[in-house]
Amino acid sequence: MAVKMSYSEAINDAIRVAMRKDDDVILIGEDVAGGAEVDHLQDQGAWGGVFGVTKGIVEEFGRDRVIDTPIAESGYMGAAVSAAATGLRPISELMFNDFIGSCLDEVMNQAAKFHYMFGGKAKVPLTIRTIDGAGFNAAAQHSQSLYALFTHIPGIKVVIPSNPYDMKGLLLSAIFDDDPVVVFEDKTLYGMKGEVGEGFYTIPFGKAEIKRAGNDLTIVGLGKQVYTALKAADKLAKKGFEAEVIDPRTLSPLDEDTIINSVKKTGRLIIVDEAYPRCSAATDIAAIVGDKAFDYLDAPIKRVTAPHAPVPFSPPLEKLYMPTPEKIIDAFSVMVGDKVFSAV
Amino acid sequence: MQTETQASAKDMTVEKAKWIYTKMQEIRQFETAVHEIFAKGEIPGFVHLYAGEEAVAVGVCAHLTDNDSITSTHRGHGHCIAKGCDLNGMMAEIYGRATGLCKGKGGSMHIADVSKGMLGANGIVGAGLPLAVGAGLTAKVKKTNDVAVCFFGDGASNHGTFHEAVNMAAIWKLPVIFVCENNGFGEASTFEYAAAADSIANFAKVYKIAGETVDGKDLTAVYDAAGKAVARARKGEGPTILECMTYRDFGHFEGDTQSYKDKEKQQKAVTDDDAILRFQGYLKKNKILSAEEIKGLDDSVKAAIDEAVRFSEESPFPDDKEVTTDVYVSY
Repeated sequence: MAVKMSYSEAINDAIRVAMRKDDDVILIGEDVAGGAEVDHLQDQGAWGGVFGVTKGIVEEFGRDRVIDTPIAESGYMGAAVSAAATGLRPISELMFNDFIGSCLDEVMNQAAKFHYMFGGKAKVPLTIRTIDGAGFNAAAQHSQSLYALFTHIPGIKVVIPSNPYDMKGLLLSAIFDDDPVVVFEDKTLYGMKGEVGEGFYTIPFGKAEIKRAGNDLTIVGLGKQVYTALKAADKLAKKGFEAEVIDPRTLSPLDEDTIINSVKKTGRLIIVDEAYPRCSAATDIAAIVGDKAFDYLDAPIKRVTAPHAPVPFSPPLEKLYMPTPEKIIDAFSVMVGDKVFSAV
Repeated sequence: MQTETQASAKDMTVEKAKWIYTKMQEIRQFETAVHEIFAKGEIPGFVHLYAGEEAVAVGVCAHLTDNDSITSTHRGHGHCIAKGCDLNGMMAEIYGRATGLCKGKGGSMHIADVSKGMLGANGIVGAGLPLAVGAGLTAKVKKTNDVAVCFFGDGASNHGTFHEAVNMAAIWKLPVIFVCENNGFGEASTFEYAAAADSIANFAKVYKIAGETVDGKDLTAVYDAAGKAVARARKGEGPTILECMTYRDFGHFEGDTQSYKDKEKQQKAVTDDDAILRFQGYLKKNKILSAEEIKGLDDSVKAAIDEAVRFSEESPFPDDKEVTTDVYVSY
């Protein structure tokens, strides 16, 4: 049975389902409950995370399993890594993905490498939940989309759910996966409502979803940019061009086959990504397709991304910064030639 | 290994004394062998030797079981041996062979054996501190009686992770023992230069936990202090900082000219102050082991180290396919 809930509620639900299923699952992070040891709260949470995503979880599971940490990302992330290596399944919340600067070693050199460095004899079943995404006027240190940074590192899996259903299924997959997984929560999607399955279900990693079928163009939209891609596809349809829109859902592993098979059919590829363009997921997908499907391409691959600049604060600037359906359509018109495009 | 609580040197059994002495000798002879083989160019990469600091690793690990965890440093061979890692597997790992503890994929700086509670030597200074907190957290959440020990150097005490980890272990009263091996140097810089504090154990006062500084060249002093700390941790009384004043006989890494060392101090460290010579003296004086018994143990350790070298030299390198295996459990 499906129920309607928000992206934020889907996360909360997935965590509760996991914690009911397995006593080894713990939730750890800064104010994931909030208000620890405040007498008048009587062990009730104050916040449930800075956006209230984990509200109510401490009331159900208690403070032994819902652990508020000091604001010390190296310390608690390192502890989560080792708690995973010694028998727990921690869900460690990195409040904003921008804060990875304070604990990159624990993720990059510890969590990602134990399994390999120790000859396959250790595992780190750690889930890192973290908030990404621009469009919230949160400025340069609270708005980045740093999934490419993690995708670059072997040993880490990277998940970028775009809707409540995927979020719950992918987060549950992450929690019960034996590798470290980083799950990105786009802060602008928290309020988005959608149908979500009840109880326990998982969505496998490395399986993209074709959100819209088409034969003239493939658009890969990362995270919430899948919606920008869908809007562009609607506009293009009015001009007689049918775009196929793909949500990769996970960047590591990446479902290369679905993307390449689509490009073989359409001959054109645009990747829409609100992250920086250099050494990015969009650039990586472009390289993979260029390498493996060059003969099927009728036009150069285009990337519609943020500029190579930090995320600006001022709302009009941030609006300019983001990919838009118009930017996608402009890219497409270059690919097919302005004459062809304006003739229809 | 023993599990009794608050063991002290004066009650040490002959069997325990033999175990401790053997482990100290294993570390010394293992490191001496690596030193010589590395000089011949037969060991690849970087190696950082533990010789001189044996009393710390062994004096602490003598109180641990395989269920207890330790985290380590780039100078990790001694911790591995004290925690019961297999000598052949360790040496083969340093040689980069398929028979190594990590199939030759970790090397000297990443030797690990999770089945023995050895969570890995670590190439990143300060990284082991939060990792030990995590092992302590697992013990608390799962309500086991296990403890976690973090071995770290004086250099790491200047790292943010030290303060983050000690603070967290303190507020959560975790069963973690932070064992500082203060050997006087962080790489080629002295402790006096690099640290504003003159004592790492003093931080215990700030974090309102137990703390103690001991002569890290004296096995019995380390053994007694660690015994108390482990007993406290098992009783749920929280973490300890145990600062062991010691000295490394070799350089920061093999090939280090050690021009920053004082010649007299170095000489004293390997003679009057030597941890093994001092423990030998203690064993003889207290009639726990005779000179002949000690010689017998030395000889059997030598045979074991010779065997580890032979085993490693005769072991194959890893199969080509190992380049890309073990990146993920599943992908």
